[in-house]
Amino acid sequence: MMHFSALKLLKEGFSGQRGWHAQWRSAEPKPSYDAVIVGGGGHGLGAAYYLASEHRLTNVAVLERSWIGGGNTGRNTTIIRSNYLFDESAALYDHALKLWEHLSQVLNYNVMFSPRGVMMLAHTVHDEQIIKRHVHANRCNGVDNDWLTPEEAKAFCPALNIAQDIRYPVIGAALQRRGGTARHDAVAWGYARAADALGVDIIENCEVTDILRGADGAVEALQTSRGLIRARKVGVSTAGNTSVVMNKAGVRLPLESFPLQALVSEPLKPALPCVVMSNGIHAYISQSDKGELVIGAGTDAYVSYTQRGALHINTHTLEAICELFPCFRRVRMLRNWGGIVDVTPDRSPIIAKTSVPGLYVNCGWGTGGFKATPGSAHVFAWTIARDEPHPINAPFTIERFRDGYLIDEAAAAAVAH
Amino acid sequence: MLLINCPYCGERPELEFVYGGEAHIARPAAQDQVSLEQWAQFLYARTNTRGVHAERWRHTHGCGRFFNALRDTTTDQFIAIYEVGAAPPPFARAHEPP
Repeated sequence: MMHFSALKLLKEGFSGQRGWHAQWRSAEPKPSYDAVIVGGGGHGLGAAYYLASEHRLTNVAVLERSWIGGGNTGRNTTIIRSNYLFDESAALYDHALKLWEHLSQVLNYNVMFSPRGVMMLAHTVHDEQIIKRHVHANRCNGVDNDWLTPEEAKAFCPALNIAQDIRYPVIGAALQRRGGTARHDAVAWGYARAADALGVDIIENCEVTDILRGADGAVEALQTSRGLIRARKVGVSTAGNTSVVMNKAGVRLPLESFPLQALVSEPLKPALPCVVMSNGIHAYISQSDKGELVIGAGTDAYVSYTQRGALHINTHTLEAICELFPCFRRVRMLRNWGGIVDVTPDRSPIIAKTSVPGLYVNCGWGTGGFKATPGSAHVFAWTIARDEPHPINAPFTIERFRDGYLIDEAAAAAVAH
Repeated sequence: MLLINCPYCGERPELEFVYGGEAHIARPAAQDQVSLEQWAQFLYARTNTRGVHAERWRHTHGCGRFFNALRDTTTDQFIAIYEVGAAPPPFARAHEPP
């Protein structure tokens, strides 16, 4: 693997930039692998990387139906935070945040992680009580989170409107300073490049059409659009299409897939120094390094695989943004799009073994999977390699819905997050 | 936004309706004999169909009545609207989902 460095940049500058090559191979599928990951998003590519780097499993393939990073990895609003209420979630998301902090160095690929702070606004006494409860719970779990007065919030984010005569005035905010954003494409590319260098085959345009099981019920092979691929361990990491893939092995999951939309504005000069989100009136906004305002809208109400949603969902979010940031009222929006997110009843993910030996699943990230990418990939690789969960993902089973051990972040946040 | 054909009021915008989730999920009858596994299936497991999906809608800001619909989740096109309690009508699939 070509090592990226300032010296390399300088050398290429003096030699006509002719030394930059493709960063990973376009692999042809082999007849068999030790492990196969289905789904070439950040979570899947990351899992392949950790299988190779931490578990010495290098005869591994990642199968992607279209191109890598083209699903929800390329469609999210890149917000990273770990201020979740419950112990299980805080451990999982903070594991990810700690990996984010060194990911560029570890992968030798700039994922542009920018811990610029994530601010969550409170508009009602109820919001304030819930958010303060989050702040205290986070501190008990070693996750940084501070309560700010409206004036302190405005000092941190000067564009914020803290007038008290608007429909939903800001009465306080929680700030996680370690939170922030990263470059979504770079995460997929960085993991792909590092995994490829360790021998992982990344196979694009390869759709899994069937999961074949042996006489003992265990996974034997995958039928794909590019031929039969044998593997005794298969990890499914296919987000919105997880139900479709898992049905091929006869596994039914507590998932529903909904469109989630986002939009970006024309590029502006730096105006928004942090991420601002409001669960109460549903606004998620940050500014990309290109200067675009990146805005997350809500999910549509109905099951759909169309990767598009209705305009009234975006309108709702933009109305909230315009009230919180009157200075953005005349900014024009450039693009909007949708991704399909797989949502569990408790809004917590499933990273687990399944009832089929050799078949593992990492799904249910709903509207908030990007932030967890490195942590999710890391513990999923552990689960696949050792055939048992890492202590961090041990609570995130499928059986928790049967046994009543829900990790009910849905109730904790009162909104899809 | 979807245009939804309420069987009682006619075509109305989606904003007047509330989505009621997957249709035809029956509550187990003999509740004292139901296993945890069966309860979990009833409460949480969903077919999450990529293709023709049977689902419930309620015309909340209209007649207030529930009805069922078949909708293709790959195109969001409604294929049929039918009454609560009725079996889903047979449908000619316009195309195989991609």
